[in-house]
Amino acid sequence: MSAVLETEGLTKRYRRQDALSDCSLEIPEGHVVGLVGPNGSGKSTLLNLAAGLIPPTSGTLRVLGQPPAASPAQLAKVGFVAQNTPTYSGLSVSDHLRFGAHTNPGWDQALAQRRVEQLGLDLKRRAGKLSGGQRAQLALTLAIAKRPEVLILDEPVAALDPLARREFLQILMETVADHQVSVILSSHLVADVERVCDYLVILIASRVQLAGEVEDLLASHHRLIGPRERVGASPENQVVIDSSYTDRQSTLLVRSDGPITDPAWTVEAVSLDDLVLGYMSQGKRGEHTSSVTPEGST
Amino acid sequence: MIDFYIDTHSGVPPYLQLIQQVRRALKLGMLFEGDQLPTVKEVVGRIAINPNTVSKAYRELEHEGLVTARAGVGTFIAKSLSESTTALAPLRHDLQHWVEAARKAGLDDESIEALFRECFRAPSGAVVA
Repeated sequence: MSAVLETEGLTKRYRRQDALSDCSLEIPEGHVVGLVGPNGSGKSTLLNLAAGLIPPTSGTLRVLGQPPAASPAQLAKVGFVAQNTPTYSGLSVSDHLRFGAHTNPGWDQALAQRRVEQLGLDLKRRAGKLSGGQRAQLALTLAIAKRPEVLILDEPVAALDPLARREFLQILMETVADHQVSVILSSHLVADVERVCDYLVILIASRVQLAGEVEDLLASHHRLIGPRERVGASPENQVVIDSSYTDRQSTLLVRSDGPITDPAWTVEAVSLDDLVLGYMSQGKRGEHTSSVTPEGST
Repeated sequence: MIDFYIDTHSGVPPYLQLIQQVRRALKLGMLFEGDQLPTVKEVVGRIAINPNTVSKAYRELEHEGLVTARAGVGTFIAKSLSESTTALAPLRHDLQHWVEAARKAGLDDESIEALFRECFRAPSGAVVA
């Protein structure tokens, strides 16, 4: 299986600040990838690079094996919905569909019409008069009807109310089921990511902190609870991601590939929420590797 | 037909939640041999989860022999699991009585659950008649 997104040492610098630093990823096709991280961590930069909207400062990236936007054929394979799901407010819904048909060689008009009908959108209505949820659905419809191999969505549901958000994700997941399209989406909402994504990338302070299949990540991270005096006596072969202490107790979030056998620790499974928050608070402290790791292999 | 749901706060992986819901429905006699499960597209269209999650749950259920997939048709329940209703009914009756007794004794839901779980985990044969 080839990679939907492959980057090596990818860096984007604005003035003197890195928006994305030394990003190396290899994401296989067929996943719904969730890109999470705090504001300003480089999520949009990575997605804009993948869509070919901006060039990298250094490093390489390939989308479906090709540099982004390298050719019309390559452009046709990528559907992109920018942040805030922009539409042309003066154009009607049917104008949008006509525009999509003109500009996309693989345009599926039947699909677009079916979707608009399903959504109950009035073809004559101007996009500026649609609700936020409807506008997002229209933007998604345009991206889907070009029949791309990968859909790139930047915070597609951030501005939507819970119901519109659910409807948006329903349509997105139906599309994945129907057309086997890969999806890369950024979101703050870990609960949404948990529902729809099977691959996770955590970006913090312009760097990739963690990337992998959600199931593997959940299997390799644990919460350890033990007595306070074991501080510093970090369990072997484990990387401590986050830690908190009370006067009697230590609670650690660790990454470990093997089983944890030390009986002094109570081992619990972590949720995706715990995992993301653990990495985020690590990033906030500015630690990229923990001081208590034996090998410091991050 | 079974209506799936996902509890994102449970800490149980979504594919396991689907499997548990099918097993539970089978055990409670809500799904029988020959019943069709919703298609992957129907499930994701209803509860907005990753299609791979549904496929994985169905594959796992097939592996357990609980369902069979017929190409191009759908996924069907391969065997019923429900305890015979003759065994189930009196057990439920007794349990309802027990729950009422526990409430009368002043136990709240949490205590009742905790007590149930504790007894559930106790080694069998622990009851002295």
